[in-house]
Amino acid sequence: MTTADAWSTKPATALLVLADGSVIEGEGLGATGEAVGEICFNTAMTGYQEILTDPSYAGQIITFTFPHIGNVGTNDEDIETVNMAAESGIRGCVLNASITDPSNYRASRHLDQWLKARGLIGISGVDTRALTALIREKGVPNGVIAYHPDGQFNLDALKKMAAEWPGLEGMDLAKDVTTTQTHPWDETSWEWDKGYGHTKEAEFNVVALDFGIKRNILRLLTDAGCKVTVLPANATAEDVLAYNPDGVFLSNGPGDPAATGEYAASTIKAVVEKGIPTFGICLGHQMLALALGGKTMKMHQGHHGANHPVHDHTTGKVEITSMNHGFAVDTASLPETVEETHVSLFDGSNCGIRLKGKPVFSVQYHPEASPGPRDSHYLFKRFTDFMRDAKSA
Amino acid sequence: MPKRTDISSILIIGAGPIVIGQACEFDYSGTQACKALREEGYRIILVNSNPATIMTDPELADATYIEPITPEIVAKIIEKERPDALLPTMGGQTALNCALALEEMGVLEEFGVEMIGAKADVIEKAEDREKFRAAMDVIGLENPRAAIASSPAIRNEAGKIIGYDRNVGFMEAMRALDDIGLPAIIRPAFTMGGTGGGVAYNREEFETIARSGLDASPNGQILIDESLLGWKEYEMEVVRDKADNCIIICSIENFDPMGVHTGDSITVAPALTLTDKEYQIMRDASIAVLREIGVETGGSNVQFAVNPENGRLVVIEMNPRVSRSSALASKATGFPIAKIAAKLACGYTLDELENDITGGATPASFEPSIDYVVTKIPRFAFEKFPGSEPTLTTAMKSVGEVMAIGRTFQESLQKALRGLETGMNGLDEAEILGLGQGDDTNAIRAAISVPTPTRILNVAQAMRLGMSLEDIHAASGINPWFLEQMHAIVKMEDKVREHGLPQNAKALRQLKSMGFSDARLASLTDKDAADVAKLRDELDVHPVYKRIDTCAAEFASPTAYMYSTYEAPFMGAPACESNPTDKKKVVILGGGPNRIGQGIEFDYCCCHAAFALEEAGYETIMVNCNPETVSTDYDTSDRLYFEPLTVEDVLEIIRTEQKNGTLHGVIVQFGGQTPLKLAQALVRANVPILGTSPDMIDLAEDRDRFQKLLIKLGLKQPENGIAYSVEQGRLIAGKLGLPLVVRPSYVLGGRAMQIIRDEEALNSYLLGTLPELVPAEVRAKYPNDKTGQINTVLGTNPLLFDRYLEGAIEVDVDALCDGKDVFVCGIMEHIEEAGIHSGDSACSLPPFSLSAEMIDELKRQTTAMALALEVGGLMNVQYAIKGGEIYVLEVNPRASRTVPFVAKTIGEPVAKIASRIMAGESLASFGLTEKKLTHVAVKEAVFPFARFPGVDTILGPEMRSTGEVMGLDKAFPIAFAKSQIASNTAVPESGTVFVSMRDQDKAGVVDACRRLSEAGFKIIATSGTQKYLEEQGIACDKVNKVLEGRPHIVDAIKNGEVQLVFNTTEGAQALSDSRSMRRAALLQKVPYYTTLAGSVAAAKGIVAYKAGNLEVRPLQSYFG
Repeated sequence: MTTADAWSTKPATALLVLADGSVIEGEGLGATGEAVGEICFNTAMTGYQEILTDPSYAGQIITFTFPHIGNVGTNDEDIETVNMAAESGIRGCVLNASITDPSNYRASRHLDQWLKARGLIGISGVDTRALTALIREKGVPNGVIAYHPDGQFNLDALKKMAAEWPGLEGMDLAKDVTTTQTHPWDETSWEWDKGYGHTKEAEFNVVALDFGIKRNILRLLTDAGCKVTVLPANATAEDVLAYNPDGVFLSNGPGDPAATGEYAASTIKAVVEKGIPTFGICLGHQMLALALGGKTMKMHQGHHGANHPVHDHTTGKVEITSMNHGFAVDTASLPETVEETHVSLFDGSNCGIRLKGKPVFSVQYHPEASPGPRDSHYLFKRFTDFMRDAKSA
Repeated sequence: MPKRTDISSILIIGAGPIVIGQACEFDYSGTQACKALREEGYRIILVNSNPATIMTDPELADATYIEPITPEIVAKIIEKERPDALLPTMGGQTALNCALALEEMGVLEEFGVEMIGAKADVIEKAEDREKFRAAMDVIGLENPRAAIASSPAIRNEAGKIIGYDRNVGFMEAMRALDDIGLPAIIRPAFTMGGTGGGVAYNREEFETIARSGLDASPNGQILIDESLLGWKEYEMEVVRDKADNCIIICSIENFDPMGVHTGDSITVAPALTLTDKEYQIMRDASIAVLREIGVETGGSNVQFAVNPENGRLVVIEMNPRVSRSSALASKATGFPIAKIAAKLACGYTLDELENDITGGATPASFEPSIDYVVTKIPRFAFEKFPGSEPTLTTAMKSVGEVMAIGRTFQESLQKALRGLETGMNGLDEAEILGLGQGDDTNAIRAAISVPTPTRILNVAQAMRLGMSLEDIHAASGINPWFLEQMHAIVKMEDKVREHGLPQNAKALRQLKSMGFSDARLASLTDKDAADVAKLRDELDVHPVYKRIDTCAAEFASPTAYMYSTYEAPFMGAPACESNPTDKKKVVILGGGPNRIGQGIEFDYCCCHAAFALEEAGYETIMVNCNPETVSTDYDTSDRLYFEPLTVEDVLEIIRTEQKNGTLHGVIVQFGGQTPLKLAQALVRANVPILGTSPDMIDLAEDRDRFQKLLIKLGLKQPENGIAYSVEQGRLIAGKLGLPLVVRPSYVLGGRAMQIIRDEEALNSYLLGTLPELVPAEVRAKYPNDKTGQINTVLGTNPLLFDRYLEGAIEVDVDALCDGKDVFVCGIMEHIEEAGIHSGDSACSLPPFSLSAEMIDELKRQTTAMALALEVGGLMNVQYAIKGGEIYVLEVNPRASRTVPFVAKTIGEPVAKIASRIMAGESLASFGLTEKKLTHVAVKEAVFPFARFPGVDTILGPEMRSTGEVMGLDKAFPIAFAKSQIASNTAVPESGTVFVSMRDQDKAGVVDACRRLSEAGFKIIATSGTQKYLEEQGIACDKVNKVLEGRPHIVDAIKNGEVQLVFNTTEGAQALSDSRSMRRAALLQKVPYYTTLAGSVAAAKGIVAYKAGNLEVRPLQSYFG
């Protein structure tokens, strides 16, 4: 190699093409090809594998604000996807630094190989801070992530693809990531030196409606003493009631709550009207609000991170939470019967509701954490307390 | 919950003098606390003996007590001020210990003072090893396994302890071994520097070390800890409010594995090698620790060790207060921990407080998310303490630190390495000892397995020599992730060496984004740094600036707290967030990492420049890389660049700032040598420099030019000469005669400065001391030619010889000048004789023995020099007075170490006035008039000798003190006594004084001995002195010198029979004979005065102190 060649730069192997036609260059990683989605950012500094496997990100391309992603590799324990058969929800990821070899005793695979195996496209070498600032200023853009090792791209086609993608608004994505069949769950939380456990005995019979549920939610329900049966997103009220549940859980999930709510809200409404204790998280929270007569709306940049402060009006305490949502419940739209219980201390947006006087409540954020702080695990106890009260009544 | 209204006045205790382990980070936290609580309308009473702090500026508190921080004296302040509350968490261990003592003495109860921030029982639970361990058991967290083996006391019939049964202690140690396992760490109790302890890897070693440890411990006790060598070390910075809201501000991961004190470790934020599951376990554990220990409000840090093999986590310790690492975390994230902790202590909850950095867009109740990597590297001073081993252990030895911010670890690491100012431009090549002697692998292994200040360079060198990363990890214990990152740098260096620099912007930018400095790239390609800078300019490769915003750009930040990075272009050009304003601006260059000779005093001056120029209507722009300081607080200046102080980094900032508005100028004379070294390069780049011209600063440092000026002004210098070679050195020494003071030119803090008293010392200086100063590249150029190497260095940095004025009085003078008028701010008379570095000697303002004529003459000479040097701003002159003659020793036309001391003594903001003069205002406009002081201030230095076993404590021309205190009173004796108490000297009120004076000092000490004798002290002396004192009618017993046989004076000191030592010596032999005595006195904490003037001053002070004349007074009351 001659000296001049040694420093010759190759064309970019990956691109991020925004719907407005702007192009960001970088190095490709993971799978090759192209994918379209909404580009959001996540400010968490740990837990990239949990984020990349969270079905709620379906239809999205995640920009990690922390520059070093991949340090601890990947393992088989930190996966949040329940329905492994479904196509990966997330469309791709945007990184600042290139991926290093893993350095952690639990690592079993390099992140690059792992992304490739899951068919996920990544791009590194991007000024993710500038991209974050752009999202902050202009709102979440739609875009295409593309990786071709030879650096040959049909830019016009990519621009067209980005521009024509309709966006998440009005999109029902839960149907793509939900379980296809009903199944039981008995795995408990991860413990150091023990891994995951299983439970045999349970105090409560809970039905979880899966709109893209994370494993850690199911584990925390199990920890709290629930025997959980997971039902698909399109389950009807009859399907749910057939299990004669002590409580019903409404899961997180991707897409527009209004779209998924078109078929799920009626199920939820029927359950609530039966007086069954109900607990919702994220998309489940939004659809509970819809079922109770409220409205949801698309947010400017959404909340994605593990440092979001939430005020619990019922206790006066602040909890640091894990968040991941691009839609929110419009507080003003809530009917008289519903009270706001939690609010974001960042922007005052709604973070929790309760049906007044009823054992029905939900939160916008992720009390199951994984990744993120575990300050809000208490909500699972709140749910079981409701069920216990209902049972003894 | 809003702030408390049931309290209205709060006492804040500072940290006292700068010492190793407690540096200016406590000025930063204390200053924040004073400002935060004052803003709430509380009356603030502050006590701190350190005059060089910003917190002791009279505007920061309602009553500022520059008094010693002892429980007795703080009790007097409490009695006088009757504060409602005491905040003990801002002044390090000093403040915590003092508060605990006040609680135990019943002072707090007596005067109804409530401890806020941390209660006494909380402090005890956190600090007491056993109580802490029990608390961790309660919450199910592991401590390292540990045991204490104690030898029972053996008593005589009267019940007095006459020894310890160490065999019993040994049996106990062997029993503990089963529980703890091997390897085990053995630490003897109550010894300094870990003498007698060590790491045992097998049973036999355990037996040997346990025995030696029990012997070394004065009470026959050893602590046995499970060895966590090689484990990963972490720290979590936690803040909690009274509503039990807990947040983690920052996680820190140590580059060096367990075994090195975290203050001496290279550390990185945030933690980089934890999965979320591990991180959350650590987060939950940190919060559980705060809850269990009971820290109700404020900041704390919790340290953890994690076994890299299996993730097992143990708690090492916690500090229930703000700390060095909380200052680091504040600077690393932009979250002001001390400020928030202070607000929480007075009743607020986190959600009621704003996050300043986002301009209040978000509350303080959140966890900062960062989108960059922060690296901290400590700075050491082993070279100042000959005989000390540069090995890093669990006892902290570093004297300062640098912090650097980069988008990636590589960028931040290389920025930190060059910001350290120890001559490194990056991962410079290192010499590995023992190579080529048969077993290279073992030589390399030895160089990377023992932690030393330069281990990181050895690690990079090991990579260059081809050692595998696995082997390096096995030998050093450094996490493979860090090694891989370093390896990428080393590989890229190879590529640059082979192929030269890239000639296209993209590749050059990528290279720069790994953190390579121009200087490093130049040395890899045999070019000048200027060539690299030129290439960058041609290809338009410049850094961009990103903001530190606590939130990873999620919210817009109005705060201009910035760092540089070489980012990839984003939709065209690299995205820069500096947004320079259109204002008229001044750039202030800070002092970089603290070191002996350049510490907090210079940061004080830089802060004052920022305050003064803001008042004068300029936009102030600070550049510094020291995380401990007030200058790197984002609200000290209008804009803050947290950057290394190198030519490259500073010129890039100036280039950016000049894109908009007007750069009025750069201040280089306030940050010590660091910015001065950059002055010439700034001038060459046509950057306006404010104040005294760099040419005049150079004139003052250039022996020949300066001599010509003095001759022109008719002023005297000690006879002197310059040597450009070893041979010339001998000739000059012969011509001037001994004793001599010798030093290399252009040095700071008197590095390698010595007094040469005999031929042997001259030889050992020329052929022993000088070779240590030869840079590696010169050594490599002339291998096996020691003299050639030295002469090469001397060719450009000659040796300066001065006739040593034995027994002269040294005087420091600080003056302000605008080129037209001169105002002499302070004349300080040293208590020690000339020849001891001015930073190490005690001094008095005003002078205590100079005549009015002499003082007038000093003013006249100072004025003449200031005008001749066209000083704009500050000037410091050091004089020696002998036989009624004044000799000029040194002139520094810039801010000196004494500026804050002088400012506080005379009650004028000297540094602020200097800044405004530099910006163009006239001295006359400040209306300064000379006022006769009705009080006396004594400055005393503090030394780190106890941390360096085996080092001689005698003072000399090389500066070795880490900090200073001020004693303030209406008269000299008590001011002096206060300075001694404040510098941790146990001022005796009774007992025995040992006196041994050289002949010329005997007469002078008589009066001092008489006073002490009358005050009830017993006097003992060596034969000559004893005879002389008896002749003068002073009752006095004889004691043997060390060479005269036992029992001798060292035995007496070790037995606790001596409470005070006066000892002056003559000649090299006597000096070395008395070394064991100095060391014994240090270990027994017996005050030891090595000069006549110091002895006399001490006697006066002790007598006055004993008479009960010590009163406390706030600084403000001295200036009505």
